[in-house]
Amino acid sequence: MSVALGEVVVTAHGIQKWFGPLHVLRGVDLEVREHETVGIIGRSGSGKTTLLRCINFMEEATVGRVKIRDIEVVADPLHSSSRAQQEQIRLLRLHAGMLFQEFNLFPHMTVLGNCIEAPMRVKKVPKAQAIETAEKFLTKVGLIEKRDEYPPRLSGGQKQRVAIARALTMEPDVLLFDEPTSALDPELVGEVIRVMEELAHEGTTMIVVTHEMSFCREAADRVIFIEEGVIVEEGPPEQILDDPHDERTRQFLRRFLSSNSDAIDAAAAAAPAAPALDAVRAANDASQGHG
Amino acid sequence: MTAIGQAVGNTSTTQLLKSIVAANRRAKTRYRLIYSAVWAIILVVLAIALGTTGKIDFAFIQKWGGFILGGAGTTIVVCIFSITMATMLAVVGALGRLSSNPVINGVASFYVSLVRGTPLLVQIFFIYYSLPEFKIVIPGLEAGIIALGFNYGAYMTEIFRAGIQAVPKGQREAAEALAMPGNLVMRRIVLPQATRIVIPDLGNQFVAMIKDSALVSTIGVTEVLNNAQLAGSQGLQFTAAFLVAALIYWGLTIIFSTVQSWLERRMARGDR
Ligand SMILES: Nc1ncnc2c1ncn2[C@@H]1O[C@H](COP(=O)(O)OP(=O)(O)OP(=O)(O)O)[C@@H](O)[C@H]1O
Ligand SMILES: [Mg+2]
Repeated sequence: MSVALGEVVVTAHGIQKWFGPLHVLRGVDLEVREHETVGIIGRSGSGKTTLLRCINFMEEATVGRVKIRDIEVVADPLHSSSRAQQEQIRLLRLHAGMLFQEFNLFPHMTVLGNCIEAPMRVKKVPKAQAIETAEKFLTKVGLIEKRDEYPPRLSGGQKQRVAIARALTMEPDVLLFDEPTSALDPELVGEVIRVMEELAHEGTTMIVVTHEMSFCREAADRVIFIEEGVIVEEGPPEQILDDPHDERTRQFLRRFLSSNSDAIDAAAAAAPAAPALDAVRAANDASQGHG
Repeated sequence: MTAIGQAVGNTSTTQLLKSIVAANRRAKTRYRLIYSAVWAIILVVLAIALGTTGKIDFAFIQKWGGFILGGAGTTIVVCIFSITMATMLAVVGALGRLSSNPVINGVASFYVSLVRGTPLLVQIFFIYYSLPEFKIVIPGLEAGIIALGFNYGAYMTEIFRAGIQAVPKGQREAAEALAMPGNLVMRRIVLPQATRIVIPDLGNQFVAMIKDSALVSTIGVTEVLNNAQLAGSQGLQFTAAFLVAALIYWGLTIIFSTVQSWLERRMARGDR
């Protein structure tokens, strides 16, 4: 946001995905530029996770291609297990870090071990240098004092911050987040969102599937609304969240509001005159302890 | 406790909490005492009953007991080598059973089916008596180790397979998302976690193997049972000889079960 956007880093073209007879993605095109933060919103089952997973081939699209930097992979479900295709997918993943709802830290390795495993064994970074990089990013997410702790002893918020540090140690060109805070207790959401906002403001390229509208508003350069496997509407966060053009976007936001009505009530009590969306934002911010 | 007392700000509450803790401790001690007493009584009754049969000659036990116990070393050696071989076969077998390659999967599942579908004793006889007909002569000890390892490898293949499948899918995905190649994902992320999951089963297998290893006495391996048979026929004291053998096996399984639960507790206390 505060860094000028650069060239296109991620291109997903014509992504379609069937799960058996279920047509989950119906042709999605997406370009993300360097330093850009893209928020993806949409109702449950609209295909947000599937789209994100198709970008780094955790899920192979039925049709389509993805290019990150100079690595391009064309979906080829008939030959997806071929050695060449697998290797190409692996190269693509070198450019894309992924954050999961459930963190997925390696429980049998320390925090530091989690952060140096892939750099050392995949990128063949010397140990001393890997440790240095890991410590830099652990400091960044505020968890350097936990470097020798095992993940099961961390809180959810700490786990997700370690996962972010772990992804950063691979120095990816883009970070993919799939609802990184939705498995967290409400009081732990803020610490993760703050790290993500800091990354966004520093110009980290990110694609973030989220229900945190306040994050979209605060940190996204662009918000994409997905419905039934197609991009219905995209644009700057203020436009999508405050002035959506498409009726489906409006409906989604309205429903989203009413499902957060507790938050609205609380915020409305504090600021009765505020428009509904701002009320939600205020409530979210309040519950995250920032803003 | 004092902290709770202070928080409540009431000395009688502190007193009550202390009494509860003491009462719990007394109840636990009594339980353990009775439990141990039951064991002791059963043992004594059995010993007296056996003693009155007149079939237990203590002079015989004194003369041959050490000899029979000497076989325990061989029993343990056989089991350690066999379990090592079985574990290696089981890891390979489990990876094979999970392979998407039909040839590898076919070989692995054939191995499991054949071994689990035939008696261990037949497998021992095959390796010791049949292979020489094909000019492959394997001494008794080695034949016994190979047969036990081969047999347990098949059972443990299924244990390891279940262990690997019990590692959450997200672990593999996180590793793959870090661009780790498949073999690295398996070796560094999945197998270490699967091993933790199967260690209790591995311990059970080892204890079971201590008992099954008695079968290799049939091919002349001088372990506990073989020694007991020899001693029994020398002194015509089979009851005493096999009683000693049984007690040795029992002792060994108790020792290893204890070691196993100690190890498990230690691991549970560790980083998990
Ligand atoms: N592995 C799968 N096999 C079959 N169907 C699947 C699979 N993964 C997702 N789906 C289906 O695809 C559709 C889109 O799922 P997806 O997880 O992408 O939605 P989402 O937008 O991320 O939803 P949520 O907000 O609940 O996370 C859903 O109908 C889901 O049931
Ligand atoms: Mg999802």
